Amino acid sequence: MAALDLPFVKRTLPNGLDVIVHEDHHVPLVAVNIWYHVGSKNERPGRTGFAHLFEHLMFEGSEHHNSGYFEPLQRAGASLNGSTNADRTNYWEVVPSNAVDLALWMESDRMGYLLGAVTAERFETQRAVVLNERRQNYENRPYGLASMAIASTLYSPEHPYSWPTIGTTADLQEMQLEDVHAFFRTYYHPGNASLVIAGDIETERAFDLAARYFGELPTGPRPGQVQADIVLSGETRLVLEDRVELPRVYMAWHTPATFKPGDAEMDLVGDLLASGKTSRLYRQLVYERRIALDVSAYQSAREIAGYFIVAATAAPGHALDEIAAFIDDEIQRAIDGGPTDEEMERGVAQSEAQFVYQLQTVGGFGGKSDQLNAYNMFLGDPGYFAADLARYRDATRETVKAAAANLSLDKRVLLSIVPEGRLELALSGSTPVSVS
Amino acid sequence: MVVDRSRLPELGPTPAFRFPSIVRHTLANGLELRTVEHSSIPVVSLVLFARGGLGADPPLREGLAALTADLADEGTPTLSALEVSDALSRIGGDYDVEVGADAIAFSLVTLTRFADRGASLLADITTRPALRQEDFDRVRQQRLDRLTQLKTVPQALAEKAFDHLLYGAHPYGHLAIGSASALAAIDLDQARRFHAAVFQPSRAILVLVGALSHDQLRAVGERAFGSWTDTKSTDAVQIAADIEPPAASAVRRAIVPRRGAAQSELRIGHLSARRNTPDYSALMVMNAVLGGQFVSRVNLKLREEKGFTYGAYTGFDWRRGLGSFSLETSVHTASTAEAISDSLRELEDIRGARPPASEEMALAKASLTLGYPRGFETAEQIARSVASLALHGLPDSYFAEFVPKVTAVTIDEVVRVARLYIDPARLTTLVVGDHDEIGASLDRLGLGEWQVLPSEL
Repeated sequence: MAALDLPFVKRTLPNGLDVIVHEDHHVPLVAVNIWYHVGSKNERPGRTGFAHLFEHLMFEGSEHHNSGYFEPLQRAGASLNGSTNADRTNYWEVVPSNAVDLALWMESDRMGYLLGAVTAERFETQRAVVLNERRQNYENRPYGLASMAIASTLYSPEHPYSWPTIGTTADLQEMQLEDVHAFFRTYYHPGNASLVIAGDIETERAFDLAARYFGELPTGPRPGQVQADIVLSGETRLVLEDRVELPRVYMAWHTPATFKPGDAEMDLVGDLLASGKTSRLYRQLVYERRIALDVSAYQSAREIAGYFIVAATAAPGHALDEIAAFIDDEIQRAIDGGPTDEEMERGVAQSEAQFVYQLQTVGGFGGKSDQLNAYNMFLGDPGYFAADLARYRDATRETVKAAAANLSLDKRVLLSIVPEGRLELALSGSTPVSVS
Repeated sequence: MVVDRSRLPELGPTPAFRFPSIVRHTLANGLELRTVEHSSIPVVSLVLFARGGLGADPPLREGLAALTADLADEGTPTLSALEVSDALSRIGGDYDVEVGADAIAFSLVTLTRFADRGASLLADITTRPALRQEDFDRVRQQRLDRLTQLKTVPQALAEKAFDHLLYGAHPYGHLAIGSASALAAIDLDQARRFHAAVFQPSRAILVLVGALSHDQLRAVGERAFGSWTDTKSTDAVQIAADIEPPAASAVRRAIVPRRGAAQSELRIGHLSARRNTPDYSALMVMNAVLGGQFVSRVNLKLREEKGFTYGAYTGFDWRRGLGSFSLETSVHTASTAEAISDSLRELEDIRGARPPASEEMALAKASLTLGYPRGFETAEQIARSVASLALHGLPDSYFAEFVPKVTAVTIDEVVRVARLYIDPARLTTLVVGDHDEIGASLDRLGLGEWQVLPSEL
């Protein structure tokens, strides 16, 4: 395959803001993408959900444009959004190339001049919106509370990955407007952010504009890295009742953090187990034995630590214990023997293609600008694209086999989700849990 | 230079944009080809549209089109289902099937160097699927089990009930997946006959977009699909677009009870317009003002002012035949009645009491036109758009004409089409939510009786 690359130029402004520029003149669009190195891992128990609620406030106006953030940008033909996860908060606009000034003006205004625009009324409305987001995406969704039940067991209560990014309902209801100020000063400043400008724009002009709009903003202290240890001493079996028709089992393990040795291999372990009909678990559980309706297996890589999930929904008339036994057999086989040559070829071919497909879009979640920021924030090197691809190309049967050893059958969390009132459908030996 | 923060920066001149140039070609077997040269990223996107979607499902066999489409990648005369899957992963192929109202869309994205292999695989699975009994049994059972799971998904319950209320027995009036009783009644022979009737070169459109020349793309299509021949099927394919739907739903207010639901899933609308309506541009502007985007009236009211929801939108379900116009949202249980009354007011007001202000018009038109090029970034976006033009009989010049047409829409036109295409007297309001909690407040709205629907799919 031809050499694939994601070329860029990076400079850091005197106030500490990393600026990364990538040119792509295919379509007259420019992507503006900002990452702040703050997420729910920077919260503490009792204040969970704050980083995400704060993200909502970033769309309600800033001091010099003291009304909705969407309006001027949609008027210019932009699409825009933002998201918060455990590790970072990102914001992006994809604008026609004549609206780059507007997008940078708007982003810099909310980076520098947010607080004067945050009113009690806006805070209350966005608290209500977030509570609705929580109901819609978690409480009112079948199996929607699984991730919360798993996280609270996989990590100790002090560990920053033990609480959900959306927050607990009680914490969201308790949040105070005053907390916004300290949070903004600590995390929302040029020294804790990274800006990518990508698309139909000349590199020098992009740097000039970045300096012009963001250069005046004062820096702040770079927050320390969040550190936390993870320990999982044995196996925990839990059951959660939910409004579902069919029971589902989740298995969860600790795995390497993002970009750390073994992380890419865990992706390939996921492909080996559950990507496509020829994958081992799909073929065994869904295609041949038909004891499960679906099965998935994936590595979720995060900054402090990764985790790996295998999940399968029982076909009617089949028990989770029966399904789990087959999953355990296949996991043990992967640990003992690793993948075949054929499985390696398939997994690497799919990974390579995904890298190419990713080069098609400049903006949005997962586009080139987002990827440059991910490399910059977690590795300090936006030029990691080729090396990232090499992680997959260079993986071998042996390294994948070694990574599969993370999936120890006696150190994991097992969660059964069962229909309300049907606790007997859980894996044997499970203890009921509730999610707040 | 100090930034002037007293006002927003002016926009520069709108950048020129060259819309995809489409080249047509018809193969000897009657298959229509459309090719577009795109980008230097080594990716090709193929989309095959077969005319005959969920609207072609025969009565009491709802789900047949989707089941047949699902069987495509379950094997060919020479490859088993597992071998098809293996072949697709070896080319990094991204394969997808979508069953729409009027057509089934098969899509494959792959690397340019695998263009021929990808096209040949796509041709094999769509034109020569094995349709074996054992695969049929397995896939039908999976779809039945999927229906069981959907009983707990409030959006699916709402969509299903709403389609049924609006269309009654019309062939558009069901989800693509169909119903349990219909799926149980479908046998392999029916799937085979459906495939033979629908999958013919003269009924299909193949679009190829990617980093190759028109000639190369055409040759890829021809090599893969050139030997496809018409079947001898004498079965007529039902065309839902030609069948007149009911003038209005007999039920105007309905609730699907969902005890303990944290939110109420809301749908308000009626059948409204066809995709080929001459009022399309005016309707797009009207919808952008009313509920088509974040800054539209409905979302600003229900989310940004009231905090009732995470988001609220309106939209047209564009079909060849009459599709719906509807408002969709999911609101906090305690706010359900007020959200309904606010929504009904917005749907009424745009018809004259509160016509779009010139500011709103400018915003709606600008976001539709200036944002238009965003839809032409990837090969797959372009392939799907081009296929959709062909399906709806729209000209190849359509993309270039979109912006001037939208720009020309006036306030008077928006009010005219709002009056013509939104009729408060015909609106049906559906709630999937906790009846015990909200029943009394719904009655207090004074809209009339609420019919309780079964919470079955």
